[in-house]
Amino acid sequence: MSIEELADNFAALDDWEDRYKYLIDLGNSLPAMDDSLKTEGAKVKGCMSQVWLVLGWDGEGKLTMAADSDAQIVKGLIAVLIAMFRGKTAAEAAALDVDGTFKSLGLDQHLSPNRRNGFFSMVEAVRAFTSRRT
Amino acid sequence: MTVAQNLKPVRGIADLKQDFPVLAQQVNGRPVAYLDSAASAQKPQVVIDAMTTVMEQHYSNVHRGVYTFGSKTSIAYEDARSKVAAFLNAPSREDIIFTRNTTEAINLAAASWGGTFLNAGDEVILTELEHHANIVPWYFLKEKKGVVLKVVPILKNGALDMAAYDAALSKKTKLVSVTHMSNALGTVNPVAAMVKKAKAVGAVTLVDGSQAAVHLDVDVQAIGCDFYAFTGHKLYGPSGIGVLYGRRDVLDSMPPYQGGGEMIEQVSFDKVTYKDPPYRFEAGTPAIVEAIGLGAAIDYYMALDRKAAHAHEAKLLAEAEQRLSAIEGVKIWSKAPERAAILSFTIDKAHPHDVATIFDQMGICVRAGHHCAQPLMKALGTPATVRASFALYNTMDDVMRLDEGVQKVKMLFK
Repeated sequence: MSIEELADNFAALDDWEDRYKYLIDLGNSLPAMDDSLKTEGAKVKGCMSQVWLVLGWDGEGKLTMAADSDAQIVKGLIAVLIAMFRGKTAAEAAALDVDGTFKSLGLDQHLSPNRRNGFFSMVEAVRAFTSRRT
Repeated sequence: MTVAQNLKPVRGIADLKQDFPVLAQQVNGRPVAYLDSAASAQKPQVVIDAMTTVMEQHYSNVHRGVYTFGSKTSIAYEDARSKVAAFLNAPSREDIIFTRNTTEAINLAAASWGGTFLNAGDEVILTELEHHANIVPWYFLKEKKGVVLKVVPILKNGALDMAAYDAALSKKTKLVSVTHMSNALGTVNPVAAMVKKAKAVGAVTLVDGSQAAVHLDVDVQAIGCDFYAFTGHKLYGPSGIGVLYGRRDVLDSMPPYQGGGEMIEQVSFDKVTYKDPPYRFEAGTPAIVEAIGLGAAIDYYMALDRKAAHAHEAKLLAEAEQRLSAIEGVKIWSKAPERAAILSFTIDKAHPHDVATIFDQMGICVRAGHHCAQPLMKALGTPATVRASFALYNTMDDVMRLDEGVQKVKMLFK
């Protein structure tokens, strides 16, 4: 699903409960991450719950992502992160307006600063990886 | 006349919520259900007023100004020390050291007493129930001096394994440092009995009273401990002020913790002499306004019918436990026979942080996480729990809100 579709879907939901339900569903629909990938090195620091993130490049120079968390709402945020970044080239990833896109989802008002920071810790981890290629 | 003056009116506990202005706030469109007092309690108006009054009417530094403001503020500050001494039933007000919080109180004891009297091979007994604040300062001494840390495990129900405690005690035991009440589970430890046994082998004792000072009647002489630490912000007072009680002879034997103003008698570049306790341990300008605020909080708390307040908290805890236990998929971790005011639980399929996030949408404040007690979480076999904690201002309505919140989480996380 593209980030635009995600934003449209979120916009169609008007109360917090439905938005959270949708976020939780998004998390549940993530493909399972192999336990062998959940290493200490794959852990994202700065999140309250555990988050594992494994990044790579495919043959066409596009970003591949596998990620998981032990918290379902965080898994939903991972799904949002993946919708934003997966399949992007390093240049495209660098040009992404994450702040603006995040705001366009209308999630800001429903996430505590801790959760928000957790999401942006994941974004930082992706950016640190993609910037090494530009 | 004299008798009448001594009879202070005891305030009932039926409508305390109105004393705490912040509890009239709404969160996400709902009246706030504040169930995180074990992390930090809300402040009654009298505490806010006491602090404002100092700053508006006679603020100055303490112990030095000869002018009116200075003496007025010094008297209020030292009054707060007397109030703390009475609150703990300490033999003397000079046994009360002001610190920033419980953490600093324990660090002071560890650095000054531990740094002087503990050596390689000496044993310090801690328990699996300890907050990191009662682990890390002693771990420093393990790293620095080779002090040996021995840990008393918990039983399955979250109570201390007292047989293991007995077995851990020996002539090598130089210190027992134990929490009076677990911040993560609410377990209340039999500290008086533990201190007695520690004394029998000649060990010094420290009791972490961060939670207990709020929910139990504390009498340091009845407990018999050498140190007792607690913090102001959990006892309806401000943050930034805590207390270390120390037995007189132990405090007298200890070197200063930090150096600076206030703690000295004479200073030259060749020789410095120090004040007697408690001032020896209070370098620099203290948290003046906060200490006075703590004094006001103690006045507020001591004027209450505390027996009724503790019974009220116990009733809320029992009702919450009963309601949550009846919900399928809820696991209660607080199970020790002796406990107070804290309910730790988890819900199947929902991470504690997920639970707290959903609760927040409903105006319910709880703590989710390891509660600064990672060794305890490891012993329990869970990375985190949700903790609802009760204080004297909570009501049955807050318990219903908790129940409602858990039902909602169950519905969302299938």
